[in-house]
Amino acid sequence: MLANANRLTPYLFLAPAAAVMAIALLYPIGYMIYASFLDWNPSQRIGEADWVGLRNYANLLSDAAFRESFWVTIKFAVLVVSIEMVLGVGLALLLDRELRGMTLLRTVFILPMMIAPIVVGLVWRYMYHPTVGTFNKVLNDLGLPSAPWLSDGNWAFASIVIADIWQWTPFIFILSLAALQSLPRSAMEAARIDGATGWQLIWHIKLPLMLPVLIVTALLRLIDAFKVLEVILVMTNGGPGLSTEILALRISRTASEFRELGYAAAMSNLLLILLLFLTLAMFAYTKLTEARAARLAAAKEVEVG
Amino acid sequence: MNARPNPAFYALLVALMFMALGPIVLMVSNSLKLNVDITSPTATLLFTPTIQNYETALCHWLPYEPEHVRRCDRTFGRALGNSLIISLVSTAITLILGCMAAYALVRFRFMGRQVTSLTTLMVRMVPPAVLLVPVFGIWTFQFGIDGTIAGIVLIYVAMNLPFVIWILQSFIVQVPIQLEEAARMDGAGPFRTFFLVVLPLIKPGLAAAAIFTFRIAWNEFLLANALADRGSRTVPVTIVNSLTEYDIDWGVIMATGTLLAVPPILFTLVASRQIITGMTAGAVKG
Repeated sequence: MLANANRLTPYLFLAPAAAVMAIALLYPIGYMIYASFLDWNPSQRIGEADWVGLRNYANLLSDAAFRESFWVTIKFAVLVVSIEMVLGVGLALLLDRELRGMTLLRTVFILPMMIAPIVVGLVWRYMYHPTVGTFNKVLNDLGLPSAPWLSDGNWAFASIVIADIWQWTPFIFILSLAALQSLPRSAMEAARIDGATGWQLIWHIKLPLMLPVLIVTALLRLIDAFKVLEVILVMTNGGPGLSTEILALRISRTASEFRELGYAAAMSNLLLILLLFLTLAMFAYTKLTEARAARLAAAKEVEVG
Repeated sequence: MNARPNPAFYALLVALMFMALGPIVLMVSNSLKLNVDITSPTATLLFTPTIQNYETALCHWLPYEPEHVRRCDRTFGRALGNSLIISLVSTAITLILGCMAAYALVRFRFMGRQVTSLTTLMVRMVPPAVLLVPVFGIWTFQFGIDGTIAGIVLIYVAMNLPFVIWILQSFIVQVPIQLEEAARMDGAGPFRTFFLVVLPLIKPGLAAAAIFTFRIAWNEFLLANALADRGSRTVPVTIVNSLTEYDIDWGVIMATGTLLAVPPILFTLVASRQIITGMTAGAVKG
């Protein structure tokens, strides 16, 4: 009796969480995959929708607007992640020293990530405002003409990139600073005794040692960059034209404005597959580095023993 | 390292803080201005602060009637109440379900950490935009809980559970098993052991998990927008709605934005260490 209860306990502990996740997470994802083969609008029950097979996917391939927004998404994600990596890691390398106020800086730096994306979009939309916005006011005070921050395609794209950099560079800064501070002191000491200069130290010791963390950070950030939606929604709502319409935004508009749920589901599926690859790449990479670390440790033990 | 850091580093430090804080300070200061001051072409640092915008936003919570409010718009006040209820309830449920599941996974070892960390990662990767279509469809046609607060709570709990389970696991692993064995020896069942022995020991982990969960529920827009009806709208939804109007009332919108930003800012000031731990753990241990 007691043994039986014991064997059941883990399931009792796990059951509520598993049930919620099955109902509200796994089921919807399965549902979405099914819906992507339907011609379905929001006023229909899913049973009434027509089965159209792969037509949604075929339409996606020939849909110029979709191709444009796919391209915008890739451009946005790659651009923000590379700029943020350079800035974040650069700042971490610069500021990795005994400075008073570092704790304060780290606290201040998390704020942009903690407040609602809606609020971030709101503030930036205000600052980019053509007449009352901060940036144009400053430009005018300096005697320069106003810039079309959100009203010209290229400018708008640059503007959303800048806002994202403001919001997320701190993430990379904090992670790479943590990585830097956990590097083995001995390697650095040895290099310095051998007469390495600051740059050599960074290039040949610090960066290679940080690389595993940096790659994981970049991948995490890349995954998140594909999910950005609210900030852009508030700032430009995808416009002008399609210049800032990232995929997540396109999905939400297809569902709510164009009312084509099946088509939106097919898009969601493609985005999901893309992210799945990134995630698996990240997982495989961490497993690989762990395995290598274990092998090195084992080899060392053999040597010592 | 260098005995005395170059003053240039302090200048950089200050500049970075200014850049990070600038937009936030701008929003707060604008929320204290009259629209005349916000839109005036001459930017001034000196202005007489006013709480008019907050009075307008919160008018139906005020015991008195502010004279500058012509017709009290109750949308925001109601949304604030909804947001509070939804975030608090979903945080509480997520934590209870999450810590039980984490405990089971760690102590009874019938599924490896590998599996959970992989699932956590997988779910972390799912964008809310992807959940939009199916959640809307299922909630509306099958569960019939669209437009209710319970419906929004359900999806938030599900979205946050994987992360909470994963972060609590790393705290539960550190609880010495001897303590639990001692409790069991004294005749406590698994549930009592868990609630009276294990839970008090992982309070820091619970705090970190609570902050992350609350923040996501509090800030989320997309799913709330799809699921909520007039009575159950949350603050982010009302902010976006008022932004689409032709004539934007910047003062009031900045005030609502500030109110929405207050809880996350407070958490950051109180628990920045835990937040950073949670963030770094998420990346470094994958």
